[in-house]
Amino acid sequence: MKRREFLRTTVPATILPTVINGFSLKAFGAESPLAQLLNGSTPNDHVLVIVQLNGGNDGLNTVIPIEFYSNYFNARSNIAIPENRILQLTPKTGLNPAMTGMKALFDEGKLSVIQAAGYPAPNFSHFRATDIWMSASDSNQVIVNGWGGRFLNYEYPNYPVGYPNSTMPDPLGIQIGSTTSLTFQGPSVSMGMSISNPTSFYNLLAGIEDPAPNNNAGKELKYIRLVAKQTSAYNTVVKAAADAVTQQAPYPTPNPLADQLKIVARLVKGGLKTKIYMVSYGGFDTHSLQTTTTDPTTGAHANLLKNVSDAIKAFQDDLKFLQIEDRVMGMTFSEFGRRIKSNSSTGTDHGAAAPMFLFGKPVVSKLWGDNPTIPAVVNVNDNIPMQYDFRSVYASLLENWLCVKNSDLQQIMLKDFQNLALVQNPGCIVVPPSTSGTSYLEIWGTPFTQSTTIKYKTDGGHTLIQIFDTMGRLVKTPVDAEMPAGSYTYPYDSGPLPAGVYYVRLQNGPVQQVKAMIKVR
Amino acid sequence: MGQLVNQDRNILEKLTMMWHNHFATETEVINRAIWAYQNNTILRKNALGNFKQFTREITLDTGMLFYQNGYLNTNAAPDENYGRELQELVVVGKGAHNATQGFAEADVKAAAKVLPGWQINGTTNTSFFNSNRHDPTNKQFSAFYNNTVITGRTGPTAGGLELDDLLNMLFSINDPSLHICRKLYRWFVYYEIDAAAEANVIAPLAQIFRANNYEIKPVLEALLKSEHFFDVLNQGCYIKSPVDMIVGLCREFSVVFPPVATDYAGAYNTWFLLNSLSFIFQQYIGDPPNVAGWPAYYQLPQFNELWINSDTYPKRNQFTDQMLLTGYTRSGKNIRIDPTIFAKSLPNPGDPNLLISDSITYLFRLPLTQASRDQLKRDIILSGQTSDFYWTNAWNAYIANPNDTNNATIVRTRLRDLYQYLMKLAEYQLA
Repeated sequence: MKRREFLRTTVPATILPTVINGFSLKAFGAESPLAQLLNGSTPNDHVLVIVQLNGGNDGLNTVIPIEFYSNYFNARSNIAIPENRILQLTPKTGLNPAMTGMKALFDEGKLSVIQAAGYPAPNFSHFRATDIWMSASDSNQVIVNGWGGRFLNYEYPNYPVGYPNSTMPDPLGIQIGSTTSLTFQGPSVSMGMSISNPTSFYNLLAGIEDPAPNNNAGKELKYIRLVAKQTSAYNTVVKAAADAVTQQAPYPTPNPLADQLKIVARLVKGGLKTKIYMVSYGGFDTHSLQTTTTDPTTGAHANLLKNVSDAIKAFQDDLKFLQIEDRVMGMTFSEFGRRIKSNSSTGTDHGAAAPMFLFGKPVVSKLWGDNPTIPAVVNVNDNIPMQYDFRSVYASLLENWLCVKNSDLQQIMLKDFQNLALVQNPGCIVVPPSTSGTSYLEIWGTPFTQSTTIKYKTDGGHTLIQIFDTMGRLVKTPVDAEMPAGSYTYPYDSGPLPAGVYYVRLQNGPVQQVKAMIKVR
Repeated sequence: MGQLVNQDRNILEKLTMMWHNHFATETEVINRAIWAYQNNTILRKNALGNFKQFTREITLDTGMLFYQNGYLNTNAAPDENYGRELQELVVVGKGAHNATQGFAEADVKAAAKVLPGWQINGTTNTSFFNSNRHDPTNKQFSAFYNNTVITGRTGPTAGGLELDDLLNMLFSINDPSLHICRKLYRWFVYYEIDAAAEANVIAPLAQIFRANNYEIKPVLEALLKSEHFFDVLNQGCYIKSPVDMIVGLCREFSVVFPPVATDYAGAYNTWFLLNSLSFIFQQYIGDPPNVAGWPAYYQLPQFNELWINSDTYPKRNQFTDQMLLTGYTRSGKNIRIDPTIFAKSLPNPGDPNLLISDSITYLFRLPLTQASRDQLKRDIILSGQTSDFYWTNAWNAYIANPNDTNNATIVRTRLRDLYQYLMKLAEYQLA
């Protein structure tokens, strides 16, 4: 029996009578395996909502670095948001003016922004990049199951054998979309249930069928669908959960994302124990006419961001109305950001790192990381270097929100990633200490011609230093080791690397910092 | 199963299955491989032959003699088993459409008196006639058979001659031709035979059957070339049997099996695996539930719908899922669907619209709405993108460099999800 399964079957029996087979719980010492189990991950009612923004969202016009406004403007003058229209989060950073809803959430303390989330050696294919984000693989690694699926497989071993059952009567994960995505793909079966789209979801609730032809084939089709509906183990519970909620706060229409989030709120309130919901919203592949040519605050991208922002705000207000705000956290992701420099067709091309948003009452509402540095002169291929590995965000949410034990995290995330204190007062683990204001990384000597020195500090434990070029390619990993706390220097010889800008990234526990260095001839 | 999976494009296997259901025997009862094999050989040999001759051979088949206890039959205590089934199930029929529900209990007893004496030689695995066990008296049949009397005979040829008389009598009336034509109709068209079909299809087919002295081929040709068969109203209404579904899937997707010539054990293991799957979908080749065959072909009013129930439907879905995801492994040999093989066989897989519409045309007999196809394209093939060329580029990159893991995975996962979705639709269960 797997540990989690044991836990699940044991806990209800032990908590109520506080005896197991006649033994008082106190009879077990602190070191006993059972006591450790009970101190470990606790069953919780936390829910994670994943919002996928399909197409590659332009991060620089979403979260705008006011701090480097003139370089920002130079790089993309045809689509740059006028400085006086930016919705300030801090004096240095602001949001696209279409995002009034998310600005309000930030002010309410329910939104955080993770700057420049990405991964080493970014891929610029929609498909491959999407797979990387969903599988949480390395760039050069092909993994055919998803991080959500691995989590659910860990949480609910042996699924689908023996499910649904009394402890988990509900779908493990629900995807609003035509088919469950790679995110929910477990090691052998998909762990998610899909509700093909909001319209057919309501059809499900209302018991409406797609039309079947009026002949023998139609008769058999109806018969098979009937059996399918009767035997789809989860349709009834989903319908019951939805039916249990009759009143919700208003959502904007038309807004495809709001339609989907409205369903999520309804199902969570309706009592489903489902751990992960995934919704998606497409159209972010803004190669041309991202903004109108006359007013960069209007156009396709502004409409998309407005819908995202309005939908999430309405969702959050509804969660409050339904009194389930404490149970739900959300996260946005897109397969990549877009290039720093805009193109001449008022658009942007496939890029690299971009901001992620976390929303919900439990989030630590803040700006994570620094504004991306924007060079004064931008080349067409220049990309935003990553500050946070997106998998650190996943890993932190798994550990701090979905209460995966730290020692088990690696089997889901496949590697160690830094833990970020993304969640307020998490019910699961201790918050990592704050490290703001400390400089962990200095470049001694930049610009340099051949060699320079990287001075860095670590609080001990796993320490990682990576060097990326402006396209986000990993050039070198000078440090990747368990180290005692202290200050160190690393003499760096750039070898045959061409002249140009490079980014040094340090990661140590919850800390990561990025510094630029320039090689000249 | 191997024969089914590897068949050429012809009707032999489909018919062999039909006759296996019609002249049902159970290998678990027969319990001797050689007799079961001989039984199957007769089914294959006569599948497109003469039905009357077919019936004679199967009556004297070792497997059938054992299964229906014919080998135990003696004149002292005639076993009525085969005498009854020969009339009720095999030749004359007794069902809702037999308006002249006819043969009498006396006819069962009379037929049972014709048959004793046929035994099995367990050494040579052949049947033989033992005249000592035979009933030499005359056998009187009812008015249903025009009061026919089969003259009692003695001696070593008695059994064969009386059997011929019996068959001549059975086939002298119209019921057998109607019965068999209805069975063919249910096997190839649909289980419901309304009054119009009875009058306009069954009756003329039966006429052809009789006119051709019960040759199977002309009847089948007439049915399968008929306008009725190709009428859109009669298409796509046939719920796939477990064997139809499993074999159909393997053939649609060109699933690769270990080569039987060089890996005999591997091939048989994987074929047997399919057999086991068919078993859990409630159709075990070789072992229909009883002498009447599978209920899906006779049980009013549901017929084929019986194949789909709360037990089998989720299992069918699990099967299609697993064939696409990990496949099945037996003794180290894996069989699975490689969706790229299927996609490559389509005329224009690089165009996401044609990829989807051609796949549907090939896999379904019913169309999907444009809205559904658009959604499949957007949500699965384009991963939420709106431009078709992203798929076209990904497909072309894969074709140009199929060994590149990235390219292959991009294409493979999307095709996998597409077919996984399609095969979960109710439409996939219909043929």
